[in-house]
Amino acid sequence: MTKSLFRNSLAMLGMVSTVAWATDSPASLMAHYAATAGVPVSALSATRGETLYRTEHPGRNGPMVSCASCHTANPKQAGRTRVGKQIEPLAPAANPQRFTDAAKVEKWFRRNCTDVLQRECSAQEKGDFIAWLNQTK
Amino acid sequence: MNYLLRGIGVVTAVGMISLLSFSLPSPSGEARGDGGSDTLPKLTHKNWQQECASCHIAYAPAFLPKASWRRVMGGLDQHFGENASLDPVTQADILRFLEANAADAGTSRMGNRVMRDIGPKDAPLRVTETRWFVRKHDEVSRAVWSRKAVGSAANCAACHRQAEQGVFDEDTVNIPK
Repeated sequence: MTKSLFRNSLAMLGMVSTVAWATDSPASLMAHYAATAGVPVSALSATRGETLYRTEHPGRNGPMVSCASCHTANPKQAGRTRVGKQIEPLAPAANPQRFTDAAKVEKWFRRNCTDVLQRECSAQEKGDFIAWLNQTK
Repeated sequence: MNYLLRGIGVVTAVGMISLLSFSLPSPSGEARGDGGSDTLPKLTHKNWQQECASCHIAYAPAFLPKASWRRVMGGLDQHFGENASLDPVTQADILRFLEANAADAGTSRMGNRVMRDIGPKDAPLRVTETRWFVRKHDEVSRAVWSRKAVGSAANCAACHRQAEQGVFDEDTVNIPK
C-alpha cells in the first residue's frame, strides 16, 4: 500500500515536472514579456520585431552588426557563429526547439542584445522579437 | 636444488622483461588509453559541452593551463569580442572541470606536451597563442587560415574532422579547399 502510494506519487511528480518543463512556448514567452512591459499581448508588434532583427548598429569591433549578421537575413535558415560553427534556425517554423526554455531565451537576449545594441533589450523588444519570429512561416 | 634455483631465476628474468616491455610506452600503444599521440582523453561534462560548444567546439581543458582557464572564465562578458556571460553557478562548475583537466593537471599527455612550451607564470588566453599550437601548425600558410571554409584558427573542426571527439591525429586532418 505504502509502496504503491509512493510509486503513484513518484509518477505524478514525474508528470508535473514534465508539464513544468514543457510550459514555455513562444506564446507563453510573449505573454510573459508583454506582462513585464505592462502591455497587452496584442500590443506586441511583429513589424517592430523584424526591424529590431534587421537594423544594423556600429559593432564593437568595427563593421556594422545586426541579428542577421550571424542568423542570416532569413531566420528559417541556419546561421554561423564568428568562428564558423553552425547556428540552428531561429524561427520556430524551421526549428520547434526555439523559445521553449525561458532561461535559455533570457541568456541569449542578454548576451546578444549587449553585443549588437550595446545594451540590454527591453521586455517590449523581446516580446516584439518573438512575435515576429513566431509568425514567420 | 641448483636446477630449481636456476629455474626460479629464469622465470623471474622472463617475468621482469615482459613486465618492462608492457610498461614501456610503445609507439602503437600510444593511441589508446589516456590518448597518447594526438588524441585526448574522452571527457564528459554536461555544462562544458553544452555551454562552451554553443559557439565553437568545446576546447579541451588540456589545451591551456589552469591559470589561463581562470582568466578565460573570469572574463566571459568580454569573450574575444562577444558577451558569453553565464550564471555564476554554471560558470563555477565549468571552471572546476577545466582546472581538474587542464594542461598542468597532469591528466593527459597532450597537456604535458602543451606545458613543455609554457613558462610557469604564463597564462595565454588563446590556444592559438601557445608555442605548442604554433609549432604544430607551422606548415599551414596564412592563406589557408583565411579560406572561407576555415574562417579562423579557432575553427579546429574545419580541418580536424574528428576534433569534436578529441581526435587531432594527423591522419584525420583534411584541409578544405
